[in-house]
Amino acid sequence: MGSTSSTLSKIPNADELIQETGFTSAHLARLFERFEALDKDKKGYLSPQDFEAIKELALNPICDRIIGAFFSSGQEMLDFSSFVRILAHFRPIDNNRTKEPNSPDPINSRINKLKFAFQLYDQDKDGKISRNELLQVLRAMLEKQVTEEQLESIADRTIQEADLDRDDAISFEEFRKSLEKVNIDHKMSIRFLR
Amino acid sequence: MGMNWLLWSVLLVFLVFGSVPVGSDAGSDPDPDLHPDPPRDPHTPQHTPPHTPRRTFPVLTVQFQTVRKPFESALWILLASLLKLGFHIIPRFSSVVPESCVLIMVGLLVGALIKLLGETLPVLDTQLFFLVLLPPIILDAGYFLPIRPFGENLGTILVFAVVGTLWNSFFMGVVLYGVCLLEGSSQLAGVDLLACLLFSSIASAVDPVAVLAVFEEIHIHELLHILVFGESLLNDAVTVVLYHLFEEFAMMGEVTLVDVFLGVLCFFVVALGGVLVGAVYGLLAAITSRFTSHTRVIEPLFVFLYSYMAYLSAEVFHLSGIMALIACGVVMRPYVEANISHKSYTTIKYFLKMWSSLSETLIFIFLGVSTVAGPHTWNWTFVSATIVLCLLSRVLGVAGLTFFINKFRMVKLTGKDQFIVAYGGLRGAIAFSLAFLLSAEHFPMKNLFLTAIITVVFFTVFVQGMTIRPLVDLLAVKKKKETKFTINEEIHTQFLEHVLVGIEGVCGHYGHRHWKDKLGRLNASYLRRWLIVGERSQEPQLISFYNRLELEQALLVAESGTAGRLTPALPSSASLLAEKQKSVMNVSKEREQRIRKILRANLQKTSQRLRSYSRHALFLEEEEEDDWNEMKLQKQRLEMGRRMSHYLTVPANWQESPPLRRAKTESGNQVKESRPSAAVSVPIVSVESVPPSAPADSGMSPDKTADSPPQTVGGALKSLAGSGRGKGRKPSVTFALDVDEQKLPRCLSDPGPNKIDEEDEEHREWEV
Repeated sequence: MGSTSSTLSKIPNADELIQETGFTSAHLARLFERFEALDKDKKGYLSPQDFEAIKELALNPICDRIIGAFFSSGQEMLDFSSFVRILAHFRPIDNNRTKEPNSPDPINSRINKLKFAFQLYDQDKDGKISRNELLQVLRAMLEKQVTEEQLESIADRTIQEADLDRDDAISFEEFRKSLEKVNIDHKMSIRFLR
Repeated sequence: MGMNWLLWSVLLVFLVFGSVPVGSDAGSDPDPDLHPDPPRDPHTPQHTPPHTPRRTFPVLTVQFQTVRKPFESALWILLASLLKLGFHIIPRFSSVVPESCVLIMVGLLVGALIKLLGETLPVLDTQLFFLVLLPPIILDAGYFLPIRPFGENLGTILVFAVVGTLWNSFFMGVVLYGVCLLEGSSQLAGVDLLACLLFSSIASAVDPVAVLAVFEEIHIHELLHILVFGESLLNDAVTVVLYHLFEEFAMMGEVTLVDVFLGVLCFFVVALGGVLVGAVYGLLAAITSRFTSHTRVIEPLFVFLYSYMAYLSAEVFHLSGIMALIACGVVMRPYVEANISHKSYTTIKYFLKMWSSLSETLIFIFLGVSTVAGPHTWNWTFVSATIVLCLLSRVLGVAGLTFFINKFRMVKLTGKDQFIVAYGGLRGAIAFSLAFLLSAEHFPMKNLFLTAIITVVFFTVFVQGMTIRPLVDLLAVKKKKETKFTINEEIHTQFLEHVLVGIEGVCGHYGHRHWKDKLGRLNASYLRRWLIVGERSQEPQLISFYNRLELEQALLVAESGTAGRLTPALPSSASLLAEKQKSVMNVSKEREQRIRKILRANLQKTSQRLRSYSRHALFLEEEEEDDWNEMKLQKQRLEMGRRMSHYLTVPANWQESPPLRRAKTESGNQVKESRPSAAVSVPIVSVESVPPSAPADSGMSPDKTADSPPQTVGGALKSLAGSGRGKGRKPSVTFALDVDEQKLPRCLSDPGPNKIDEEDEEHREWEV
């Protein structure tokens, strides 16, 4: 407990973060330690190179997208609060949270999780997943094991299935609808971050 | 209604009289043949008197003895199957009473009738049960085990299976012993603690056969189904260990701490050993299936044999045979399915279902018959205590464990779920057989145990089995969802998996996803490469999924197509054309170009199809299977075009042409046949695969581009046919279409074998 409070004191506006993200102070302290561990040059912020140094991330087929999600507005520096805010998306949904009428949805609500996932697809931020973006994702995931034609057919079929307004791209609503049967809480939560 | 009862009574009569020879088999004298009797005494000198009266040549003789055993077995199986048939004919009955109940009741009836007739009853032979009747059911369950939900809930299932069964056994054993002591009657005096523990370990195991029989009919949602079912499968290890443990202890008379420790060790050996044996055999089966491409006919045999060997090998060492069987099925399935042909897959599926269904029927009938047969010792206290304790310990166990487990689960188990899990803990024939196996000298109260177990089994199967369905409806438990696989879900799910693994890496936390990912990578880089033959070894899961989807859709189209309405070809073709022409315009030029390229490439590949029939090959299909993927993908594209293939109407006189070649039905190919005499139905036009090395063709005649697509395709074909043929496959040009659009036009079909030269003419005919 002692170490937690001392770590907490190092974090600027810790209380605000706890309020906003819903992490407990113990979790926040743990994440701060992780932040400092990743920040090898002790800069006080994280850069994309720090992320690329994580071994497991480097093996991931979509690592650049994940990194891109952290450094969303093209900036090169990631401070701790943004780091935590992004990770808050992956907290399991609290079912017994009371719904205050006027407060916005918490960061880890189902809809926000989906929005985050959508942004990972939609790199050019036009609000739609175009055929090209889908192809890029598929290409990344399937790692050169399939032919172009197969990729294109899959992309075609995917869009055909989800695209309700026939604009040859998947909007957020269509994305949400196609995943309505999937238990997003299960698929997009890390128990560690509860 | 009267007919049904008549049918039932006839069946019953048959069963009774069929079992009479079975009953009288034990130890009775052989029936005298109608042959003139040979001398009975083997020691009389073998001199046939030279003056034996000439007898007439026996035209018709009866010799039942030589076929007695197989005949009786076959008769039993036949009658059991007829019963099953009869059961499903009666409409309302089958929705109220689960099948297992009816079968037991029939068994009871038959047993009663046989007893009335004074014959000896056929008893459920434990050898028969464990070695012949049980394995098919377990293999069927294991082979088709849904891996994803099973893996996701493995922790919960293991806790229920191991800890739950242990709790049940000890709680029930101890309390039962207390009851026996308290009761103080002479009957129960000989029942000591170890015997009670042994009895309760037998009686506390949830039975997979019963669970399957009942749960299959109620269609609850996947999570609950897999929880109860998985538990019933995995608790076999615990049951085996406890059974042997207590049996040994009861015979040895005293228990030391070392023995207890050894018992725990034994559990791990039994469970892990069983899984290991199963996995080894599974890998062997996978490796074998790599080489079966030339002898497709015996592929299913390998699957069955390896699994059965796994079961038997595990039983040799008293390891858990059920777990070996499950492990074998689970391990071998992904690789074997990638290697075997589609027909073999279907064969395996149907044989497994058939055998398991038959086994189940026989087990329940025999259970009923054995109930009538067995010597019974009824003791009200013991039996009622057993039933009450079974229920109580189950409820307490499930509630307690769920409270503990929910702390670790993402998707928590609600009270309703817990109730169903507790209520679904049915006992069945395994418990009965284990009790039967007890040796009577060491366990003088064996009959007491048998009676109690039978009562418990009856209670759970009848009471719980019959009431679970209305309870499920009453409690509004979620039913099984109509899982229509969508490729969207699959892609996004995989994507999210990658994201989460990445985020876990960022957090520095290595959860089960991390290990699952590692395992998947290992699988992809090593196992798949070695165990799957050919191109499929490189195929990522998404592609397999996609192909499967395509195949399903194609089959759907094919089936509905050939069963479609028949409308006259010619008169409607014009109207169809007109109708379709409107939507034709939507096809973009580039799509057209692509389509043409495909057709061009395909039709250049023509060759003689060797229609050989040999014991080792159903079709010559080796080369085609590699191209299946490409073919399907192109078909998909054509489907996306969605407008074009409709216009290929076949003129009436074309129907004299050789019947459409039956499309290859090997792994994943469409099953299509077009009847030559058929009028228009949904055209099944499948483009055969284009090997990448398809030579570029000479350009299309420019005037074709102006035509509407239907004729363009016809024209394309025409020019293709003319542009020479290389070797390669015979093209079957079929385009699968969407069912709901009700495409009526005819399909092009390739000419049959040996008709290459006539292709030109036929193609020309296609111009409408």
